[in-house]
Amino acid sequence: MNSIIDDIRKTARQLLTEGKVDVVIGYEKGSLPLKATPCFVRSPQDVDKLIWDQTCENNLAAFVAKTLGKKAIIAKGCDSRALMVLIQENQVVRDDLYIIGVSCQGVIDQRKIEAETGEIIGASITDEKISVQGMECDKEYSFTDVKDVTCQTCRYPNPVLEDVHIGGSIEVPEQATLFADVIDMENKSDNERKAYFKEQMSKCIRCYACRNVCPLCYCQECFVDCNSPKWLTGGVDSAENLLFQTGRALHLAGRCVECGACSRACPQGVDIRALSRKVNKDVKEMYNHESGLTEEVKPALNVYSTDDPEAFLVKE
Amino acid sequence: MGECQVNTETKGFQPKIVAFLCNWCSYAGADLAGVGRFQYPATIRTIRVPCSGRINPLYILKAMANGADGVLISGCHPGDCHYMSGNYVARRKFALIDSLLKHVGLEEGRVSFSWVSAAEGVRFAEVVKGVTERVTALGPNNGVFKVEDGGGTNE
Repeated sequence: MNSIIDDIRKTARQLLTEGKVDVVIGYEKGSLPLKATPCFVRSPQDVDKLIWDQTCENNLAAFVAKTLGKKAIIAKGCDSRALMVLIQENQVVRDDLYIIGVSCQGVIDQRKIEAETGEIIGASITDEKISVQGMECDKEYSFTDVKDVTCQTCRYPNPVLEDVHIGGSIEVPEQATLFADVIDMENKSDNERKAYFKEQMSKCIRCYACRNVCPLCYCQECFVDCNSPKWLTGGVDSAENLLFQTGRALHLAGRCVECGACSRACPQGVDIRALSRKVNKDVKEMYNHESGLTEEVKPALNVYSTDDPEAFLVKE
Repeated sequence: MGECQVNTETKGFQPKIVAFLCNWCSYAGADLAGVGRFQYPATIRTIRVPCSGRINPLYILKAMANGADGVLISGCHPGDCHYMSGNYVARRKFALIDSLLKHVGLEEGRVSFSWVSAAEGVRFAEVVKGVTERVTALGPNNGVFKVEDGGGTNE
């Protein structure tokens, strides 16, 4: 882990000194324990701020289009997939981008820890062990026990697009069934699913953190901010929250790269992934498409085939 | 008038269905049904769109939020699109919308999709009859998306 940090810093220093890039987008230690924060390094003196560990949970691709000039970015598997989609959608110029690829073994799910220890006051990470001091108790975890759900089913931990690779690559375990969580959900009755989503949506406070943290939610005017037509009222209503979340999931259909940033950013712990995973599963099954893997394959909803499934039509 | 009210009460529930019809085929099909005097239930409220490819998923969600009991979406048959590929692109979108809406607990039959050409006046009447029957059987909007105060359209 430490050698990866050293290599990241060395690469960043070299890029900045040689003037190849104006800014390096990476992670620094956050003000809260177990939470890294994105940082923008503009001069070679500052490169020692950069870190790399299991707390680097943001998807840095979200900042690329908003950052001017030539930039280097530290990219995990999911970040690189998001960058690929952004390049396909002409949001980012590839020549302005230098991708420092790092294979990712997953990030920590703080919510899982906080459920047991109370608010996290301090923490230290050594290899696979995480010792946490909490408000209620201190506890030691092994990383695999507190890995984020998204990372548990991650199939692309290695960057799909990179200019330089740092550290080793990670072998992806073969998964017996893809989308097992979605299949579980589909097997429930309509009423159970309805009740589940109603409960989840009643937690949502529509702070739009999920949208803001999403690398692919870059619309200049999001439909939720639109005054005319007014899709959503100002109030918080579980039906309206569902409208927002399904509307967003459908907007990300064939684009979502499953980085899980939305679920991690949610202050209320809403299961946002349940919707996006379902759409991703449908896209994979119906159109055999997974977003952001190669530049040549166009997004599923940008193309069509004359024999696409149409089981959804009315009987008449 | 009085008799009319008694009728609706005894007959029970009359659904309100929002129908998004493509200008070139289904809208003309609906017109043909009218010109040909083919009877169909007066449950649909038609909104003409340039192409089924113009349908934004939010149109469907917002119609449900504002209290529509059902939504019908109809365009040209695949291959017949006035804009060549509008309905092919729409078809991919529709399949995903249909699947996701069922997943979050909207009943089957609440939102319907069909292809009706400009020559299919009789069929348009059949589709509306079928959709109306299914929505009537389901009863009023179940509230998965329905916003209680009517969606605050006139805030």
